[in-house]
Amino acid sequence: MKFGVVVFPGSNCDHDAYHVISKVIGQPVDFIWHRDSNLDGFDCIVLPGGFSYGDYLRTGAIASMSPVMRSVVGFANHGGIVIGICNGFQILCESGLLPGALLRNASLAFACRHVNLRVERTDTVYTRDYERGQVLSIPIAHGDGNYFCDDETLARLEGEGQVLFRYVDSKGDPTPESNPNGSRNNIAGIVNDRGNVLGMMPHPERASEEALGSADGRGVFTSLAAALAELAKAS
Amino acid sequence: MQQPFTPEVIAEHGLTPSEYDRIVELLERHPTIVELGIFSVMWSEHCSYKSSRVHLKRLPTTGECVVQGPGENAGIVDIGEGYTVAFKIESHNHPSFIEPFQGAATGVGGILRDIFTMGARPIAAMNSLHFGDIDSQGTRRVADGVVRGIGHYGNCFGVPTIGGEVHFSDRYEKNPLVNAFALGIMKRDQIFLGKAEGVGNPVIYVGAKTGRDGIHGATMASAEFDDEALEKRPTVQVGDPFLEKLLLEACLEAMRSGAVVGIQDMGAAGLTCSTCEMGFRGGTGVEIELDLVPQRETGMTPYEIMLSESQERMLLVASHGRAREVIEIFHKWELDAVVVGRVTDDGKMRVLEHGEVVAEIPNVFLTDEAPVYHRPLARPEGEVVLELLHDALDVDAEGALLELLASPNIASKEWVYDQYDHMVRTNTVVLPGSDAAVLRVKETRKALAMTLDSNARYCEIDPRLGVMHAVAEAARNLSVTGARPLAVTNCMNFASPERPETMWQFSETIDGMSEACRAFDTPVTGGNVSFYNETDGRGIFPTPVIGMVGLIDDPKHVTTQWFAKEGHAVVLIGDETPALGGSEYLATVRGVLTGPLPGLDLDREKAVQEAVRTAITDELIVSAHDCSDGGIAVALAECCFSSYRLPAVGATVDLDFGLDAITTLFGEAPSRVIASAPVGAVAKIAEICRRIGVPCRQVGIVGGDRLRIDVRGATSVDVRVADLESAWRSRIAAAMAVGR
Repeated sequence: MKFGVVVFPGSNCDHDAYHVISKVIGQPVDFIWHRDSNLDGFDCIVLPGGFSYGDYLRTGAIASMSPVMRSVVGFANHGGIVIGICNGFQILCESGLLPGALLRNASLAFACRHVNLRVERTDTVYTRDYERGQVLSIPIAHGDGNYFCDDETLARLEGEGQVLFRYVDSKGDPTPESNPNGSRNNIAGIVNDRGNVLGMMPHPERASEEALGSADGRGVFTSLAAALAELAKAS
Repeated sequence: MQQPFTPEVIAEHGLTPSEYDRIVELLERHPTIVELGIFSVMWSEHCSYKSSRVHLKRLPTTGECVVQGPGENAGIVDIGEGYTVAFKIESHNHPSFIEPFQGAATGVGGILRDIFTMGARPIAAMNSLHFGDIDSQGTRRVADGVVRGIGHYGNCFGVPTIGGEVHFSDRYEKNPLVNAFALGIMKRDQIFLGKAEGVGNPVIYVGAKTGRDGIHGATMASAEFDDEALEKRPTVQVGDPFLEKLLLEACLEAMRSGAVVGIQDMGAAGLTCSTCEMGFRGGTGVEIELDLVPQRETGMTPYEIMLSESQERMLLVASHGRAREVIEIFHKWELDAVVVGRVTDDGKMRVLEHGEVVAEIPNVFLTDEAPVYHRPLARPEGEVVLELLHDALDVDAEGALLELLASPNIASKEWVYDQYDHMVRTNTVVLPGSDAAVLRVKETRKALAMTLDSNARYCEIDPRLGVMHAVAEAARNLSVTGARPLAVTNCMNFASPERPETMWQFSETIDGMSEACRAFDTPVTGGNVSFYNETDGRGIFPTPVIGMVGLIDDPKHVTTQWFAKEGHAVVLIGDETPALGGSEYLATVRGVLTGPLPGLDLDREKAVQEAVRTAITDELIVSAHDCSDGGIAVALAECCFSSYRLPAVGATVDLDFGLDAITTLFGEAPSRVIASAPVGAVAKIAEICRRIGVPCRQVGIVGGDRLRIDVRGATSVDVRVADLESAWRSRIAAAMAVGR
């Protein structure tokens, strides 16, 4: 069982994801260079935050064309588990693995701060270590995190329970004030219909150790580790 | 030979007639146009420090922890366990006024390159910003652009911008200050220097291609501004943080390969500066062929190539026979890397085009032989004296406290740091907003604290004492965090050195800084001087900025300013008598700038800081906050405010300094710290203070939702903390939103 953290030119949260997986939850992990297309031996692919290829053109647009992403799409289509954080979420939308797009923040400014997230489902490989409705304190750091999709897609995401994390206030209510970027329905993270691809704007890897003020994000990684261990046992 | 240049051409190069004569004397001939350009940038104030060098020599630069002092791209200090940190601060003032976004962005890019050219991976950035009156349209344009530019570059590069300072005064209206600081970490035995060593070794150009941008940036930064300043926009460079991130990774990888002998970034004065400085430091010469330099535009002349300040470029010297290996690493990162020349043994920089020499100058003429001026000094006329005193005291204390908290200098800087990624790399232990920024160092068991401090208003009144206060405050900001101050980098922002008054201020500042840095045993390991900060003949306040770095041996002792728990005692450590001279209160509430400044007893200051650090490491103190701008009332309010994971809380405090209420509340004094601790720990804190010889007493108790301050038994302030906090938190964001 092994995690793979993809390194695009311009990735800058790659080392942070690697640190949490290897040091905090003690799981095997390797970097995957963006020109590599061989994902053999990996059980979970992490697309980290950053500014892949400088995010020129559109955030995530150039990365979605890279050799490694062709393989990641195939990996996901065969049921492989993928998580995209921040820029990783943008890349997943650009590559068609997740619906919708991430627009410029409604404030038109970059925003870095802790926000409250509500866990909407716990029957996924990403959230099994949380409780339903649990409010997490996890930071955001993005200029383009305003989740947008058409009404039909939104109805499907909500109807099928594909919204995994939502921006809320400290009481757990998704108010307009608690929405940091203008996302539709306060959406912070979604999964695909099969439940094996997650994209989220907040950074759980930045909230995985008490020393940094919050360990609320660690559950994403421990959930994944537990799910992967089960899958390995089953096969 | 007849003089080849008109006096106008020489003047346009920022050279005086006597400087030109000196060039001819040194070369024993007239320079070529390329050489004239080279002398122009290397002898500019920005590169040569010709007005400041005689003074800078007086700064203390050595100490137990110092591995590399001034003269390299950055200073280096030892933090133990085999690791060192490189750090430096640099100004990008002039470009940031002309084009705020790119000016500030490339300032960040430049300082980051200074750090990684030493072999260090940048792990933190900070900045010191001085803008004009916050309510003016010009300030909004500059502040908005500068903050976005800093965020753009740092966020994309992947370095957390974890702190700094922001000040507003109309004296910076047309001359904002943008000083960028960066710090990086490396193993002690993996430090790289900007030296061209080993005759015959290949000289390799790496990174971005050269274009026509930024030509004469260094000369521009060495002249005053006038109404035509904005027409100078083409001299401002454009930054590409993505490319810089690639350059960082490639450089560190090349350095690890063992094939790199020396490396230097191309900052101010570009290829010119890196070529002659690397040769000079290595005691060698460097010869380059311009035909080989990667170029972004066609038809560039040698003059343009040598003076271009295109960003994200480096010059490196590889070991003999290993150029191919180095080039392959850069190609892996999709960067240009080309052998453009070689190290020679003649001590000259030699520039060829199509094999023909277009410039040939001994390095020493451009470095040690650059002009040095002992400019005249004159104390400014007229003493700044305390006036309006009685009138100043006739004020409603609560109203004054609200006004002070909402003054842009004191108000929350959240609008600024919200736009900076301050958490990337997952080391940020103390988020922006407390006295000092703190990073854990994953490679060791330690944490680093760092702060940028200036006190320009004090320095205007008394530059020597003013800067001593700034150094003391920087050290205090580290000490209240639990850190032991290690070393300093400085950025000296001043008006024209051609004014004797400016040079007097500069000289006084150096003396004050030297005395204070000696007292705290925090040597100055490098920095930057920025003169000519004046527009339309009006200069800025003398603004020396102190960047201080400290070490926390055990991260569990990291302390912040916020009151944590109802029922804790509020303790005042230190009892210097506050005074209104130079205070934020007089500036904000009364609109006057008058002295004299509060005194500073360096021994007392050191003792207070030692007492606080001891009480922190003995785990007695829960929170500690420096008492500075706005006096004790502002400091108490700041301790009450909410922070990440700590809700706001009130306090009831009783003060008696034997003074009137206004001076008690808003008077400023050094050597005072507000701490909070469980009531049971107060006696032990007092015991530590007694042993060290520092006064200390409990002045109040944490609790409730109001801040109540009694002065000599009479209630002066009794306000809901929520009202104070909202005045403090909303001011800057509201001002910046005007016109949106």
